[in-house]
Amino acid sequence: MADAALLSIEKAERVFGGGRNLFGRARPAVHAVQDVSIEVRRGETLGIVGESGCGKSTLARMIVGLDAPTAGRIVFDGRDLVAEAGRDLRRLSREVQYVFQDPVASLNPRKTIRTILEAPLIHLLGLDKQARAARLSELMDAVNLAPEFLDRYPHEFSGGQAQRIGIARALAADPKLIVLDEPVSALDVSVQAQVLNILDGLKHKFGLTYVFISHDLSVVESVSDRVAVMYFGRIVEVGPGRSVFRHPRHPYTHLLLQSAPAPGRRSLVSDDATAELPDPYNPPPGCAFHARCPRGTDLCNARLPRLEAVSGDESHQAACFHPHERR
Amino acid sequence: MSAYIAKRLLAAIPVLFGLTIIVFLIMAMIPGDPATAILGSYATPENVEKLNRDLGLDKPLFQQYFIWLTNLFHGDLGRSYTLNRPVLDEVLERFSATLILAGTALVLCSVLGLVAGVVSAVRQFSWVDKTITLVVLIGISVPSFWLGLLLILVFAVDLGWFPASGMYAIYGGGGPLDLLHHLFLPALTLAVVATGVIARLTRTAMLEVLRQDYIRTARAKGVTENRVIYRHAFKAALVTVIPVIGIQAGFVLGGAVYIETVFQWPGIGSMLVKAISTRDLLLVQGGVLVVAAAYVLFNLAADVLQTVLDPRLR
Amino acid sequence: MAEANTATGNPPRPVNRSSGRPDNLRLLLNNKLATAGLAIFALIVLTALAAPLLPLPDPDVTAPADRLFRPLSEGHLLGTDALGRDILSRLIWGTRVSLAVGISATLIAAFFGSLIGLVAGYAGGRVDTFLMRGIDMVMAFPYILLALAIVAVLGPGLLNALYAIAVVNIPFFARNIRGIALGLSRREFVDAARLSGESNAQILFIEVLPNVLPVIIITMSTTVGWMILETAGLSFLGLGAQPPQADLGSMLGDGRKILFTAPHVSIIPGLMIFALVMSINLLGDGVRDVLDPRLKSGALTRPLARTAVIRDIAPGDIEPSPGAVLDVRGLKTEFRFGGEVFKAVGGVDMRVGRGECLGIVGESGSGKTVAAMSIMGLVPTPPGRIAGGVALLEGEDLFAVSDERIRQLRGSAVSHVFQDPLSTLHPLFTVGDQLIEAIQSHRSMPKSRATERAVELLNLVRIPNPAERLKSYPHELSGGMRQRVCIAMALADDARIIIADEPTTALDVTVQAQVLALLDKLRRERDVGILFITHDFGVVSAICDRVAVMYAGQFVETGATGEILKSPAHPYTAKLIDCVPVLGQPERRLDAIEGRPPVVNNLPIGCAFAERCPRAQDDCRAAPIPLTEFGQGRAVRCIHPILMEAGHG
Repeated sequence: MADAALLSIEKAERVFGGGRNLFGRARPAVHAVQDVSIEVRRGETLGIVGESGCGKSTLARMIVGLDAPTAGRIVFDGRDLVAEAGRDLRRLSREVQYVFQDPVASLNPRKTIRTILEAPLIHLLGLDKQARAARLSELMDAVNLAPEFLDRYPHEFSGGQAQRIGIARALAADPKLIVLDEPVSALDVSVQAQVLNILDGLKHKFGLTYVFISHDLSVVESVSDRVAVMYFGRIVEVGPGRSVFRHPRHPYTHLLLQSAPAPGRRSLVSDDATAELPDPYNPPPGCAFHARCPRGTDLCNARLPRLEAVSGDESHQAACFHPHERR
Repeated sequence: MSAYIAKRLLAAIPVLFGLTIIVFLIMAMIPGDPATAILGSYATPENVEKLNRDLGLDKPLFQQYFIWLTNLFHGDLGRSYTLNRPVLDEVLERFSATLILAGTALVLCSVLGLVAGVVSAVRQFSWVDKTITLVVLIGISVPSFWLGLLLILVFAVDLGWFPASGMYAIYGGGGPLDLLHHLFLPALTLAVVATGVIARLTRTAMLEVLRQDYIRTARAKGVTENRVIYRHAFKAALVTVIPVIGIQAGFVLGGAVYIETVFQWPGIGSMLVKAISTRDLLLVQGGVLVVAAAYVLFNLAADVLQTVLDPRLR
Repeated sequence: MAEANTATGNPPRPVNRSSGRPDNLRLLLNNKLATAGLAIFALIVLTALAAPLLPLPDPDVTAPADRLFRPLSEGHLLGTDALGRDILSRLIWGTRVSLAVGISATLIAAFFGSLIGLVAGYAGGRVDTFLMRGIDMVMAFPYILLALAIVAVLGPGLLNALYAIAVVNIPFFARNIRGIALGLSRREFVDAARLSGESNAQILFIEVLPNVLPVIIITMSTTVGWMILETAGLSFLGLGAQPPQADLGSMLGDGRKILFTAPHVSIIPGLMIFALVMSINLLGDGVRDVLDPRLKSGALTRPLARTAVIRDIAPGDIEPSPGAVLDVRGLKTEFRFGGEVFKAVGGVDMRVGRGECLGIVGESGSGKTVAAMSIMGLVPTPPGRIAGGVALLEGEDLFAVSDERIRQLRGSAVSHVFQDPLSTLHPLFTVGDQLIEAIQSHRSMPKSRATERAVELLNLVRIPNPAERLKSYPHELSGGMRQRVCIAMALADDARIIIADEPTTALDVTVQAQVLALLDKLRRERDVGILFITHDFGVVSAICDRVAVMYAGQFVETGATGEILKSPAHPYTAKLIDCVPVLGQPERRLDAIEGRPPVVNNLPIGCAFAERCPRAQDDCRAAPIPLTEFGQGRAVRCIHPILMEAGHG
């Protein structure tokens, strides 16, 4: 199948805390990710947007096997990813890689770039010295860095260069899927474009699939084929990028788009102080956005809306009882 | 807040139990026949047998522990064979003397250390700062037992300002003034090292805090510089210094061992040294247990104080 | 976001070019005290090592006839002790023993303590709990007491004292190292190593350990003195070295008995212990200063209450521009590190009128924050200093007035809102305390009146339940709420200018939009001028009337927001606008700016942007480019500007 899912997440859930203490009392639990189901197709870029605390980074860590869901399944290329990550993370890491938000923190300050980039070649691919040298120059070339940088230390690099090294490391093992967790938000605007352009080029060159996580709507819009919007641990809207950004259905997506600053636009939002998230230890029974939602009704407070197709378009889904109409 | 204190108190109970286990195990590790070890090599066979029975030494280790613990709860820590009196009586009597000495030293080092540290930080790189830094360095490098000897030589022998040893004058002593007179040199000696440690840490903490964003905010809203330093910065620095004062309490209590020996202060430290060299192990056990328990309680107080200051810890 | 660094006015840090060891040694030797420590320590160690080679009498041979010779006696330089043994010889041999014991104890404690700390910190969870509970248990004993108990069990003896001292110091290392290892294990590079296929052991020893090593060395250098003191202490009590063997402590202990008759017998070994420990501590401090990154970055220098002003030329009487509340001319701010001067702000003019909002846009390192913070003297000194220009607040030169006058103006006429509202509010005081303090700093009024005023202020910034909120601590509020509190604080007195430094950068987009709307409304209602620092043209559009684009410490273009966005004249402005994706235009090609901005301690003579500019010609690099008028109310620092007809986009 042409659009077969490379990655499929089924009802994934991640609870932090919880359990019982020594005296059998329940410990407080936070649902960082709840009931998330989504597919990533081969060769596409799936954008995930949301504000801080929406669970997007937790989801990202689960996809690469750095964290495990407390319930649900994640299937990668037909294999159970969670089981594989627990058993043999190396096998998974050959195919699924990660680019971190903070490019400087993700490079060990006491290692040269060569040592950092060689690690996946040794541990994941088991290449010999000659093959490694060849691969290193390929990688540096791919991210547009001069090979003499290989023997320098991370603190000698600017944020943009460091992030390109981070990308080279993710590429090293020739993965199929790369999860990019806010890859440009720590960078200066003039450098963001460099990194985004390199990512775009690499995707075509190596036939990669991206999961691109960001809080920046305009960045996500510019890179994504499909977009999922997360709020309070759940996906509230998902669909083709164009459709979601032009015709947002969920009131939260709507608010996000209105709030995003854009050159040449005066603010459209009121100065009200109702931007608070619900208490994560004591979540509301219904829609988490209800308290902030201008369209909310009693129904929203009582029941949780399911993610479903709006107005017959199967590819565009929203979890809302009272979605916005298509304009 | 009171709920937090109650929680901390509860949490201290397992620590106290842990202490009893460690103390018990240390004593159980003594090589050879414990009864002989406890009673000394001149013990009569009848005494050895009686002690073995009393301590239940013919039983398995954990049973022995419970017998020992039960006795402990009844205030029975055994009898000191060298002094021929109950260990608990001796230990408590000695401990009150140590508490006077160590308590005074702790108050001294906290006050002096905080003041020196703050002054040093506020006048960073001035001669005051450099002097304090050097004095502090000398303070933490000098062996306290040697310093004690020097002070005795100068202030007791040469100048005759203070008595060289003891807690009260042998003839006609006993009043609080007499106590203070005797207390001055040993308390000062005991406080020197801890003062140095606290002063250094306070200086670093103040300097770190003075760089924080919220200090800039305070200045930006027009708060006077004195208020910035003594209210905003000092309070934040205190949060990091208080646990260290807690730890210093341990050093002061332990350091009392030397100082009491040098100044012949009738405290628990000099008792312990004597007890170790005469192998009066029950006395050692009782002394260690009581001092350690006091230390745990003191650290608990430091923890609570820190929480009072820092709402984020609640 | 682009400005990840919250410590505003953070100077450009000098880049540490070579990270090799020779550099560290040189740094260490620059420290006079540390060098003195090193010299004394080396002397003592060498003498002690050479003891068998030196012409010394046997330290243990007694000679009752030669008892208690005073120092400088014939044949006995330091005299003899109660048994007639030569003190000099005993001193040197004793130092050998003390050194060996102290250093061995340090090594043992460092090895086991660091291992426990590393494993506990890295593994976390149950392993951590189990190990650290054990460590806590040991630490529940007063240090020396535990050593005494161990010696009591093992019996007196030098080796036993060594074990005891080593054991009681293990927790110290374990705790220290665990804290560092825990922090490092949460760092992203550890996750990255895991995804590179490294095993736990590899990560622990190849990735984490090298980063912990400096801390282990610092801890060792600061504890070895301690350990020597403590073993000497045990020997002093008669529980360490046993006769005839002697270390410094036991010599001191022996001498104590004859303190009054022959003080030199105890004073000399004590002096030796002191000299040894002092030299080690001096050296240890030096090592710590070299290895501690906080000292390198200047994080341990106390900033003054106000930026130093060192202007070469005292400005004459300058008439403020009509209508301007704040009028800054030719502002220059520098940072000095060693011999290097970083010209963070190199001559900037800013004018803000009543109710007007001027935006300053630039990337990190452009000097925009330093420029804004210079106005009220909030750039930390050292290393910052204002090197030129004037800042007129309603005609009054802020760089010339007294410190007390600046204090009065801060928070009243000119107030600030900073980037990260969590770190800018004091964590230990309630919101109410901090607001009331701001109010009372400028007007003396009873606390009850100030509290009422604080409630009014929270109402003004639309915080629900203001009376309740006053009792909250900053960490109990959300980011948006905290920033509202900061804005309320900025309005505590009758502010005419608010300097807002990236006030919404740390906030989520929906919250950012609300805070921007609030600021916009307040400035209109209260007629307050805002100087708004940001890196985001979108944010500029939301609030600023005029905008100034900053690059390498200078404004390259100023003018009305709409016009600059529509038709930027400076190539840098144009590039900066083009490199950001715009919502609703996903197909737009992003135009990256190649290269990096120049370092401000080495600026070119001509245009600072020429190196990266596609329009640059030879004349751009020849001489400084002035900021020249470019149409109505606009100015541009470019001799080949993009002309209106060419347009943009």
